[in-house]
Order: sequence, then structure tokens, then C-alpha cells
Amino acid sequence: MSANQEMAAKYKNSFLKEVEDQVEMGEWVKMCMQCGVCSGSCPTNFHPGWEHPPQEIFMMIRAGKREEVLTSPSMWMCTSCYNCIVRCPRKLPITHIMHGLANYAHRLGVAPKNQPTRAFSTLFWSNAIATGRVNELKLSMGLYFKDAEGKINIGEGIKKGLAMKDVALGLLKARRLNPFEIFGGHKCKDQKGIAAMLKKARELEDKRKALPQSGASR
Amino acid sequence: MTDVVATNETILVVGGGISGMTAALEAAETGKQVVLLEKNPALGGRTSQLYRYFPKMCHPTCGLEINLRRLKANPRVRVLTQAEVTGITGSAGDYTATVKLAPRYVNENCTACGACADAVKTEVDNPFNYNLGKMKAAYIPSAMAYPQRYVLHPSIIGTADAEAAKAACKYGAIDLDQKEETIEIKAGAVVWATGWQPYDAAKIQPYGYGRYKNVITSVEFERLADPHGPTGGRILRPSDGKEAKNIAFIQCAGSRDENHLRHCSRICCMASLKQTHYVREQHPEDGKSTIYYIDIRAIDRFEDFYQKVQADPSVTFVKSKVARISEDENGNPVCWGVNTEGYKRYSNPHDLVVLAVGMEPSVKGVAIPANVVFDSSGFIEADPANGGVFGAGCASNALDVNRAVQSATAAALRAIQVVNKVARAEV
Ligand SMILES: Cc1cc2nc3c(=O)[nH]c(=O)nc-3n(C[C@H](O)[C@H](O)[C@H](O)COP(=O)(O)OP(=O)(O)OC[C@H]3O[C@@H](n4cnc5c(N)ncnc54)[C@H](O)[C@@H]3O)c2cc1C
Ligand code: SF4
Ligand code: SF4
Repeated sequence: MSANQEMAAKYKNSFLKEVEDQVEMGEWVKMCMQCGVCSGSCPTNFHPGWEHPPQEIFMMIRAGKREEVLTSPSMWMCTSCYNCIVRCPRKLPITHIMHGLANYAHRLGVAPKNQPTRAFSTLFWSNAIATGRVNELKLSMGLYFKDAEGKINIGEGIKKGLAMKDVALGLLKARRLNPFEIFGGHKCKDQKGIAAMLKKARELEDKRKALPQSGASR
Repeated sequence: MTDVVATNETILVVGGGISGMTAALEAAETGKQVVLLEKNPALGGRTSQLYRYFPKMCHPTCGLEINLRRLKANPRVRVLTQAEVTGITGSAGDYTATVKLAPRYVNENCTACGACADAVKTEVDNPFNYNLGKMKAAYIPSAMAYPQRYVLHPSIIGTADAEAAKAACKYGAIDLDQKEETIEIKAGAVVWATGWQPYDAAKIQPYGYGRYKNVITSVEFERLADPHGPTGGRILRPSDGKEAKNIAFIQCAGSRDENHLRHCSRICCMASLKQTHYVREQHPEDGKSTIYYIDIRAIDRFEDFYQKVQADPSVTFVKSKVARISEDENGNPVCWGVNTEGYKRYSNPHDLVVLAVGMEPSVKGVAIPANVVFDSSGFIEADPANGGVFGAGCASNALDVNRAVQSATAAALRAIQVVNKVARAEV
């Protein structure tokens, strides 16, 4: 069984309960009174991609629309401006819930694959934890040599690289870009320490998520 | 020095709104001695500032008039106006209230002829109209003011205007030597009926109250609709004096909001439903009301009132709390938000936006005995720990007139029990 099927089976018909247990700040979802201030305050104006504004996502969770919510690109569109958190009359941590939902969908492997925010976050994270420092050269190369579907595409990379040539040269001159970074690159001092820290954080996180967080047991 | 005969068998009623008047009368009509204190120059409170009141759409005059008649007929109620209670000490059966008496500069000889107002030139803000418009600095607070006596605004004392008013009065009613006094009043029980204040709409930053002239509050709207109000009863936009025909009402402006007032103010849904009648009355052909709401709370038996408004084609309901207001180049306020029915974005221009502001208890800031229990919004709870202090009307909860009066009668009964006990102990 996939992680997704497992969770779906565990929570059967209660997607709200699943969100409360598994999603960061998910226990707040039930507090929403559907006033719409969060959506109305969102500066993104819901251009294409924002299929469902936050208040609709919260209603869909309560209505048990598990597939639609988890596979939706909507929560990946949140820019973390925090306007909604500031304005929500019920003080829901909406921004955090959006990220919590995105992260949960990612963990289950059902998030939209080529959603740009997700693709970038994944690339950024694996890049950063490799040496404990972000290797900017590799990060931008990773972005350049991919097409819209997320496949490696050399021609695309060269095209993007040439378009950004002047910026790159400027950065070289100002010694903000080191071409030798491509060979390993500079690292942080205590790589082992960083790895141990991340491992511990992962352990804590997994433990927290294994425990039911909502209801009387808390 | 103002003389008030009061003992620990006296019931002190603080606040002369509909609740305080009711409590005072109920107690006095059972034979108790009552002192009724009101900080404004006239009784009536905020009810008197309404144009009409739901559910029957009558004018506040009728409800108040009955009470005033009862009051005039009853020698056991001593009424002091311009009397603000600043603190209370003691315990059940033995309270002392500190009362600040502001000078009126006009004595009992006044016949309300208005000659002083004609003589005075200075104009001051008119608080009865929530400062929309000005009035002469010699004024009668409202057409139905009780006592029917003029008041001189303190800002003109010591000026030629005050002397002019004095010279104009044929009855020798103007007394410029009156001074502020602080007196103490004894009481066995206290009915606390200080009512409510409209929530400060400027604190709801995204709505632009104070920045946009055509964004006003529901209490101001009452004054605009009232023939005795600043516009003679015509609903005109503050920015350019044009007739407002397309009017938006925004519910829960400051209520049900952890950033502002956390309670539901209970009457504001009904108040906006009522105010759509004012719009239709004035523009039967082309008046338009739009109510933006989270959910309409037409408390208990008022559901039929709501249904009638729903059936009215000139009224549109939008299920959405407006997120913000901007202003277009014509000075029209524009409401922005997302409609929960369909999750569609809207940005709708209106002639005028009325914020249905919440009710905040006015108890805050008074040195009331420390044992009195308040709820998380600052309303007085009914709690045995309160001793002989009883909340009545909107000092105890967000209530409409009907419920405020019921609560005042209940408070009067409790106060009577306390002074009865004192009386028995003294026999
Ligand atoms: C926009 C709007 C429309 C409304 N329309 C309706 C309607 O149509 N029908 C209806 O039933 N209800 C309506 N209400 C509710 C109604 O206004 C209240 O129920 C009513 O005012 C309650 O009366 P009260 O005596 O408790 O308080 P208040 O009217 O506030 O009276 C309190 C009095 O106490 C005085 N006071 C305060 N502090 C002190 C102090 N320290 N010392 C001495 N005196 C003090 C004040 O000056 C005031 O006169 C409306 C409310 C709003 C906001
Ligand atoms: S602002 Fe808060 S209460 Fe209102 S719809 Fe959004 S999350 Fe729900
Ligand atoms: S009565 Fe209506 S407008 Fe007033 S706070 Fe309650 S729900 Fe909001």
C-alpha cells in the first residue's frame, strides 16, 4: 500500500480528523466560520493556479473532499504574506495551514508533480542539506536545465543561460559567482553535525505525526 | 451644594437610558427610594438617538414618553443629570458612590424658549448626532429631552457669548456661577445601567472609516435618517451631499472578531435589516440596499422580520465579510471580498457604506467594586460575588430595547431584595 492509501484507509471517511492529526496546525481548520476575509485579503488575487481560496479549502476538508484537496495546486500558491492571519476574525494560522497541507500532500506523494513551488522546494532542500550550505550555482543550473514538465532539457538550459548571460558575468566580476563551485562547492564546517540535527528533527517530526494530535488525547 | 437624601435603603441607578429609567421606575413604584444618575444633560440614552426601532418600526418617542410620564408622576425617584459616577465603594447594604456633577449653567426657571440659543454665536459639535453637524453652544440636547431645559456648553463660559445668553434670558434662568461639584451618595443596592458604546470603527483599519468620508457607522446612519437629524432626515453622502441610493451594510464590523470585540453584538443584524426600510422609504423606485454578512442573526421571534426583508427585491444579500474598502475617483466606496456562495471575487462600488458596528459595554474605566464579575467582553455577569451591584440592559449584555427592559426589571427586583433585607435588619 502507498503512504497515501494507508492514510486514506486509516481515517476512512474523516478527512477532517486526518488533517487535524497529520497536518501542521490542522487542528485549527474546524474553527473557520466561512466569513471569507482571508480570501478577500489575499494579494495574489487568485490568478490561475489558485483554484480554491483558503476558506473553500477549509470547507472542502470538512466536506471530506480528500482527493481534490490533496492534489490541488492551490495551497502551493500561498506567498506567505500573512495578510490572512492578521485579518482572520478567528485567528486561524491560515498561512501555516496552507504550508502544512502542501507538505502533507508532498509526503503522501500526491501533490501535483510539476507545480513550480513544489519542484523548487524539493530542489532547494536536497541542494541545501547535501553540504549544509546552498550551492547557488548548482541550484540555478538545476532550474535552468529543466522544461515545464520537469524533464532535463539541455537546449532549454542553454537558452535560459544565454538570456541571463550579462547578469552572470556581472556576478562573476563582483565575485559573487564562482564557476568552480560546480565541483563539490564549499561546505559548512560541521557537516556531520548538521546531518545529525536534521535526522533528529525528522525523528521528532515523525513521532509527532504518528501520535493522534486532535481530540481528548492531547 | 447639591443635596441628595439617600440612605442605605436607597437604590442607586447609574445610567439614565431605557434600562436605567425602567429599573428606577420599577423600584420606585414598589415604594422604594431611588436616585437615578445620568451623565448626559438628558435621559433616554442611545435609544433616543435612533430614528425608529424594530420590530414595530415605531419612533423612540413613544417608548420614552410613557417612561417620562411615569417618572414625572413619581416623587420617589430623584433624577440627577450631568451626573457621572466615577467610583463606588462598599458592600451590599452599604455603598457610597462618588459622583461628578457638571454645571449646566441653567437653572429650573428655564422655559425652553430658546432665546439664549438665538443670542449665542459659537457652534460646537453635536454629540446627539454623533458629531455629524454642529449646534449652538446654548442648546437643548434633543426635541424630547428630559429635563426640558437648555444647557450652556462649557467652552463659552467666560466669553461674551455666555453674557449674551444671560442677557437674552427673560426668566433669569442662566447662572454662570455654577461650578463642578463632586458629591457622595449612599445606597443599599446599585443597578448598573451604563449601557453601551459603538465600537470605534477607525480601529477596523481595512474599512477606512475616518479616511473615506462615505464610510459611516450604523449609529450615524440612524441620525441621517431622522428628520430631527443633521440632514433633516435625508440620506445624504457626507463627501458631497448627494443623495445616497445604493447603500451597502457591512455586518459584524468589529464584532465576532478576536482582533476587535469577540462577542456577537446581537442587535446589529436586526439594525441593518431595519435600516433597509429607511432606504426603501426614501427611494421607493431606485433605492438599493446590499447586506454583506457572515450569517444573519435575526434573534428568535424576529425571523419573520428577516423574511420580509429577504422578499424585498431592493435588498441584496451577499454572504461574505467584506475584506477591505477602497475609494474610486468619484468618491464611491468600493467593497472587496470573496463571496462564500460560489467563492467568486467581487469589487462593488456603492454610494455609501454603513458599518454595522458592535456594542461595547460602557462599564470599562469606572472604579466599580473589585468583586463585580465581568465576562471576557467586559459585560457585567450575574454572579453572587457582585453583592448588591446588579447589571441591567446593555451593561450586562448586548441587548435590544425589549430585552434590555426585561433585564432592567430583573435587576430592580434583585436590588429591592437587598434593601428589604437592610430595612428588616434596622427595624
Ligand atoms: C445601530 C443600532 C440600532 C439599534 N436599533 C434598535 C432597534 O431598532 N430596536 C431595539 O430594540 N434596539 C435597537 N438597538 C439597541 C438599543 O440601542 C439598546 O438596546 C438600548 O440602547 C439599551 O439601552 P441601555 O439603557 O441599556 O443603554 P444606553 O442607551 O447606552 O444608556 C446608558 C446610559 O447610561 C449613561 N451612562 C454611561 N456611563 C455613565 C456613568 N458612569 N455615570 C452616569 N451615567 C452613565 C449614558 O449616558 C446613557 O444615557 C440598536 C442599536 C444599534 C447599535
Ligand atoms: S478569515 Fe478565518 S474564519 Fe474567515 S474564512 Fe478565512 S479562515 Fe475562516
Ligand atoms: S448581530 Fe449580526 S452583525 Fe451583529 S455581531 Fe451578531 S452576526 Fe454580526
